[in-house]
Amino acid sequence: MSIAPPPIEVRRAPEGGDVGPIQSGWRLALREFTRNKLAVIGVGVLVFFIVFCFVGPVFYHGNITSSDLSSVLEGPQAGHPLGTDNNGFDVLGQLMKGGQASLEIGFLAALIAIVVGALVGAVAGLVGGIVDSILMRLVDVFLSIPLLFVVLIVAVRYGATVLSLSLIIGSYTWLVPARLVRGEVLTLRVRDFVAAARTAGSSQWRLIRKHLIPNALGVIIVNVTFNVADAILLVAALGFLGFGLHFPTVDWGDMLSNGVTYLQNGSWWLIYPAGICIVVVVMACNLIGDALRDSLDVRLRRR
Amino acid sequence: MVTYLLRRLGASVVVVIGISIFTFGLLHLIFPSPAIVVLGSRANSVLIAAFNKEHGFDNPWLVQYGDYVKGVLHGNLGFAYKYNQPVSSLFAQRWLRSAYLSGISLVLAILIGIPLGIYQAVKRNSIGDNVATAAAFVAYAMPVFFLGLILIQLFAFTFPIFGFEASQSDSIWTVIGDWHDMTLPIALLTVITVANYSRFMRSSAIDTLAQDYIKAARAKGLPERLVLLRHLARNACLPMVTLIGLSIPLLLAGNLITEYIFNFQGLGLLFVNSLTQEDYNVLLAYTLIGAILTVAGNFVADIALTVADPRIRLA
Repeated sequence: MSIAPPPIEVRRAPEGGDVGPIQSGWRLALREFTRNKLAVIGVGVLVFFIVFCFVGPVFYHGNITSSDLSSVLEGPQAGHPLGTDNNGFDVLGQLMKGGQASLEIGFLAALIAIVVGALVGAVAGLVGGIVDSILMRLVDVFLSIPLLFVVLIVAVRYGATVLSLSLIIGSYTWLVPARLVRGEVLTLRVRDFVAAARTAGSSQWRLIRKHLIPNALGVIIVNVTFNVADAILLVAALGFLGFGLHFPTVDWGDMLSNGVTYLQNGSWWLIYPAGICIVVVVMACNLIGDALRDSLDVRLRRR
Repeated sequence: MVTYLLRRLGASVVVVIGISIFTFGLLHLIFPSPAIVVLGSRANSVLIAAFNKEHGFDNPWLVQYGDYVKGVLHGNLGFAYKYNQPVSSLFAQRWLRSAYLSGISLVLAILIGIPLGIYQAVKRNSIGDNVATAAAFVAYAMPVFFLGLILIQLFAFTFPIFGFEASQSDSIWTVIGDWHDMTLPIALLTVITVANYSRFMRSSAIDTLAQDYIKAARAKGLPERLVLLRHLARNACLPMVTLIGLSIPLLLAGNLITEYIFNFQGLGLLFVNSLTQEDYNVLLAYTLIGAILTVAGNFVADIALTVADPRIRLA
């Protein structure tokens, strides 16, 4: 009777993951971000809506441009999954089209706001002195004027298109990013790497471009998401008050204001789909923003 | 304290002057002259020129700005051409209604938001906290008008408890007494504001709970009720003072949309109506008033904070 020899234990080198390559802060932040379930859901929701609004119309052709008086205010049914409005337009088709406008304005306005805000903030923080005082007083002035009022006045006069609304909203929402970036730059500019770059002969513009903005990127990215959410809400408010986009373009707020008239008839499909779309997209943006802030914060703590 | 007050007041005045220049310049650029509105679209250029000369609309804009400021300082906010009466008398008829709606909503929001935030912080991660956090998160993402429509659908149509339109009475006392028609507008504006405050109050209270003086108060055997009331609430409310001061533009925007939804004849609805009628003096006056209220809110909040928090040392 022989006893089987015990299996030879091979000592393996630890898996690559245990030691791991040196990970950049961004990768750590990404890992932290993907661990946050709500944030992943937020990204999923946003991707879903982008696909729904921009790819959806390729597959689903709802009539949203020619009035069809034979099918007015019909509830959800075959052919019209979300019913029709008072012009006989297909609500699902309008939802896609309206989402395009809302998302485009949201992202474009946020992009404008963040570019302007980052530049103004960086210049004010780096140059300091009288330039800083003037720019920040300017921000104080603009921040004190209720945003909705000014946006309404300008939108009424110059007409509302996707581009004009993005410009109006973007040119007014750079204030908060400017303040945040300035605060960040004030702490960055006294660090050694900035002094080193300056000693090496970097110009102010190069300092801003190559050193300050990349290091303030965390603050900037977090703010983009909140700016997108705010812009979408603002556009919806404009649309609801009747100063939004004009036919044949449409946005979600527009659809809601149209549906208000028929609230009493029980035409729920004119209100709730558009309203829920706004809420869900804005919530997704806020979730992503919160999670980004957390993950970038963790990155700072771990250093 | 007095020097701080004066310096702070000086800064506020500079901001107000900046605001008036910007707002006047913007509206001047957009609506150079009300001639077409007053004379009708068929007025010829001679008539328009005569009108502009008579009312000073052909002056350089700096002169017009000077005239406007002079008027405002004498209580003259310009003339509302579409309503055919001075803006100040239009505002006089309506401001009480807006002030009532915004004021009571603000007070209710503070009364609800602060205890709610403290409750959430103390019972952190309990069911109640999670429900409140989720509700605040949804309300925070919800457009004011959508929530308003849901409230109308639910409480005016499905369960006809309240009216779907705000009180139309001219007397402010009737408006105040009319709970049937005023509950929904007030509830709407309150909910939107509470969503803002409770989120902030919760995180502020959580920060405060981690402080050593809370531990000390508990360690010496102070009843929990007093710990929360005397040590937690008073300290956690300090940042709220600033937030409330900063939330005036939000309140004004919410007020505008609430008045629009419920057809409440206040300043916000007047503003919306004047937008379509291009009654730019009304727009200018309300934007200016809103901006000045915002500056005043920040100012009062700053002062209140220095009074309330003895740790703040003024340089």
